[in-house]
Amino acid sequence: MAASEDSNQSKIRTAFGGVLAFFILVLIGVLAFSIRLFSVIKYESVIHEFDPYFNYRVTQFLTKNGIYDFWNWFDDRTWYPLGRVIGGTVYPGLTLTAGSIWWILNSLNIPLSVETVCVFTAPIFSANAAWATYLLTKEVKGTGAGLTAAALLAMVPSYISRSVAGSYDNEAVAIFALIFTFYLYIKTLNTGSLFYATLNAIAYFYMVCSWGGYTFIINLIPMHVLLCIVTGRYSSRLYIAYAPLVVLGTLLAALVPVVGFNAVMTSEHFASFLVFIIIHVVALVYYIKGILSPKMFKVAVTLVVSVGLVVCCAVVAVLIALVASSPTKGWSGRSLSLLDPTYASKYIPIIASVSEHQPPTWPSYFMDINVLAFLVPAGIVACFLPLSDASSFVVLYIVTSVYFSGVMVRLMLVLAPAACILSGIALSEAFDVLTRSIKFQLPGLAENSQIDAGDTTSSSVVTQDDAAKTNKNEDTLKERPSRKNRKKEKEHVEKTSIKSQIKKRLLVLPLEASVAAIFLLVLLGAFYVVHCVWAAAEAYSAPSIVLTSHSHDGLHVFDDFREAYAWLRHNTEVDDKVASWWDYGYQTTAMANRTVIVDNNTWNNTHIATVGTAMSSPEKAAWEIFNSLDVKYVLVVFGGLVGYPSDDINKFLWMVRIGGGVFPHIREPDYLRDGQYRVDSQATPTMLNCLMYKLSYFRFVETDGKAFDRVRRTEIGKKHFKLTHFEEVFTTHHWMVRIYKLKPPKNRIRVKTKKSKSKASSTTSSKRSGKRKKNPWQ
Amino acid sequence: MARSTTKDAQALFHSLRSAYSATPTNLKIIDLYVIFAVLTAIIQVGYMAIVGSFPFNSFLSGVLSCVGTAVLAVCLRIQVNKENKEFKDLPPERAFADFVLCNLVLHLVIMNFLG
Repeated sequence: MAASEDSNQSKIRTAFGGVLAFFILVLIGVLAFSIRLFSVIKYESVIHEFDPYFNYRVTQFLTKNGIYDFWNWFDDRTWYPLGRVIGGTVYPGLTLTAGSIWWILNSLNIPLSVETVCVFTAPIFSANAAWATYLLTKEVKGTGAGLTAAALLAMVPSYISRSVAGSYDNEAVAIFALIFTFYLYIKTLNTGSLFYATLNAIAYFYMVCSWGGYTFIINLIPMHVLLCIVTGRYSSRLYIAYAPLVVLGTLLAALVPVVGFNAVMTSEHFASFLVFIIIHVVALVYYIKGILSPKMFKVAVTLVVSVGLVVCCAVVAVLIALVASSPTKGWSGRSLSLLDPTYASKYIPIIASVSEHQPPTWPSYFMDINVLAFLVPAGIVACFLPLSDASSFVVLYIVTSVYFSGVMVRLMLVLAPAACILSGIALSEAFDVLTRSIKFQLPGLAENSQIDAGDTTSSSVVTQDDAAKTNKNEDTLKERPSRKNRKKEKEHVEKTSIKSQIKKRLLVLPLEASVAAIFLLVLLGAFYVVHCVWAAAEAYSAPSIVLTSHSHDGLHVFDDFREAYAWLRHNTEVDDKVASWWDYGYQTTAMANRTVIVDNNTWNNTHIATVGTAMSSPEKAAWEIFNSLDVKYVLVVFGGLVGYPSDDINKFLWMVRIGGGVFPHIREPDYLRDGQYRVDSQATPTMLNCLMYKLSYFRFVETDGKAFDRVRRTEIGKKHFKLTHFEEVFTTHHWMVRIYKLKPPKNRIRVKTKKSKSKASSTTSSKRSGKRKKNPWQ
Repeated sequence: MARSTTKDAQALFHSLRSAYSATPTNLKIIDLYVIFAVLTAIIQVGYMAIVGSFPFNSFLSGVLSCVGTAVLAVCLRIQVNKENKEFKDLPPERAFADFVLCNLVLHLVIMNFLG
C-alpha cells in the first residue's frame, strides 16, 4: 500500500518535473533571444560589421533569384577584374537558413524584409543552441545539469559577441550545428540506434554547410573514438556511432561545393579515415574474441599480430609518402596556424593581420567566459566520477577547445559551449550534494527522507528536476552510470536502512556549511548574470558601422560610413570601380553597390598586395596602379579627427607588409623611424609621401589649424601639401570616410608632377619610382 | 617451430569454423551481403588503379556506396544478433527499419553525388 502510494507520488512528481523543465527551457530560449536584442534597442535594426554585409547581400540574391542561380552565381562586382564564383566559394548554410526562414514567413503572408530576417537569425539560433546544449548535457549527466548548462550558454558573453541581433555571420548558426552534432553523436553512442546515426550525419552536413570549423568535429570525434578504444571502452554502440558517420558524413561533405573533394583529399580529414580503419580492425578482433575460446584466441593473436604489423607498417609508409609529397603536407594555412601558432605570422601576413586570428590575452578569457573559467575544473572532476563514454567525450572536447582558443581568439567561440556544459555539470552536482545534505538534516523532512533517502528533493528547481528524471528513468534500461549508482544507493537504503542511515550521515555535510555554500554559489551565479548582461549591453552590441560616444555635452552619433556609402551610391556611375583596403570591400558592394578591387574574402593574396602597394607608394606610382585597375574612386577611412582608432593609418603597416610580401620594392623599414611607427615630424619621408598618408591627411590642417591627430595623439609631420593625381570629392561629416577621384591623365599635369615630385620627395622615394618598372600592373 | 605454427593455425581454423557454424542463418546471410559489398569495393579500387580515377566523383561514390552498404549491414548485424546483450530490448523490425532509412539516405546522397 505504502509502496503504491509512493510510486503514485513519484509519478506525479515526474510529470510535474517534466512540465517544469519544459517551461524552464522555454524561458531559457526567451532569455537567449532577448539578451541579444540590446543592439537593436540601443542602436537600430541593422546588419553589423563586415562579413555580415556580404552574407546579407548573398541572401538578397538568393531570395530574389532562387537557389539555382545562387549556385551558379559569378559575382563580377568584387575582385575586379577577376570576379568571384560565389556559389562555389561560400559556406551556404547561413544563407540558405535565412533564405528559407524568409520564404516560409512570406508564404505565410508575413511580409518581413530580408534584412529583418537576417538581423534576427542569430538570436533565434542562439536559443536553438541553448536547447541543443540542454540535450547534450542531459545525455552526459542528466536533466539538472542540462538545464544549468543551457541557462549558462544562453548568456555566455563569448557567444553573445558573435550572435547579437544584426551579427549575421556563419558562427551564429554554426555553434548550434556544432552542439547539435555532438548531441546526436553522444545520443547514438548511448543508445546504439542507427536512426540517430543517420540524423547525426545530417546534422554534420548542416555543420559543413555553415562553417569551416566543421574540421573540428571531424577530428574531435575520431579522437574520442580512439580514446575509447585505447582505454578499453570499445563497444558495438561505438561502432554504430562512428562508422556510418564517417561514410555518410564524407559523402555529404563532398556535396557542399566549397568543400568538394577536399573532404577526401586534405589532411584535415585523414584522421577520421585512419580511425575508421582502426575501428574495423578492433571490431573484428572483438568479434573473434567473442566466438573463440580464450586459449584459441591467444593463438590467433600471436598469429595475426606478426602478419598484421608488417601490413600496417606498409600502409603507414604509403600514407606518409603521399602526404609528404604535397608541399604544405596537405594542410590549409589556417589549419597549420592552429597546429603551429607561429606559422601565420611567419608565412601568411594576410591571416596574421586579422585581429581575430591573434592569440587571446588573459583578460579576454575572463571577459568572455567569466566565472565559468573557475567552474570548469570542478566540472572535469565531476565527469570523472563515474567516467562514461559521454563524459569522456566532454572532457576531450574541453581540453582540445582550450588549446584552440589559446591559439586564435575567435576560437574562444568553440570553447564557450564546452565551458558551459562543464560548468553546468559542476553547478548541478554541487547543488545536488548540498541540497541533499540540507534536506537530510532538516527535522521536518526527516521522516520523508527515511522513505526515499537515496532520492533527491530540492529547494532548488534544478535538483528537483534531476530527481524527477531519476525516478522516471529507473525502469529504462539505458541508464547512465551516475543514475545507476543512485539507484543502487536506493536499493541499498531499502535493504539496510539503519546501517545506511549512519553511513549517509557520515557523507552529509554540516547544515551551516551547505547553506553557506549554496549562498555562495548563488552569489557566483548572480555575478555571472550581471557580467553577461553588462557584456551584452555595453561591450558587444555596437554595430561598428554606427558609432556612438559619450562626452560631457551628451551623446554623439557617428554615422559616417553609411553617409559615405550612400554618397557613392547616388553620385557615381553604376560601373565605377572603388578601391579601398580589403576591410571595406564587403560593405562597399553591399551598401554602395559599386564594384570593388578587393574584399574581405581574401582569396587572392597578390591582388590584395597590389592594393597595399598602391596605398604605400608615392602618389604618381599609386595613380598608375589604380589606373591600370580601372579604378575611379579611392576610399580611405580616417579617424584622426574624432579619435576612431581602427582607421587605415593604424592598419597601414599591414598594407606595407602584405604589399611587400609580393612586391619587394616596398620595404617595411622605410616606413619606420628606428623601428617605431609614427606620423609626426619624425616620420620617414617615404611615410610622409605615401598615398595613404596623403589621402588621410589632405586638408587636415584646415580643421583646427594645428593638424593634431587624436588617435596617434600627435601633430602630423607634413601639414600643407597638394594632390596632383587625385582630387577630393567627398568627405563625411566627421571626416571618418574620405573619397577621392582619380584625375584623368593629362600630359600637362604629368610634367608638372615630375617637377613637384623632385622637389618634395627624397632620394629614396625617387629610387623607388625608378624601380617601379617591376610592377606588373603598369 | 613451423610445424607447431601450422598446427596451431589448423586448430584455430577448425575452431573458427565450428564457432561460426553455430551462428543463425539470417546472420550468415548478412555476412554474405557484407562480403559481397566489400569485394565490390575492392574490385572498384583495383579498376581505379588500372584505369585511373578520372571522374573522381563517380569513383568516390561507387566505392563509398559499397563501403557504406557494408558498414550499415554490419551495424544491422550487430543489432539483430541475439547474443549481443546491449540490444536486447531492440526489436529486429526496428533495427531493420533504421537500416532501410539509413540506406535510403546514403543512396540518395550517392545518386546526387554521382554527377
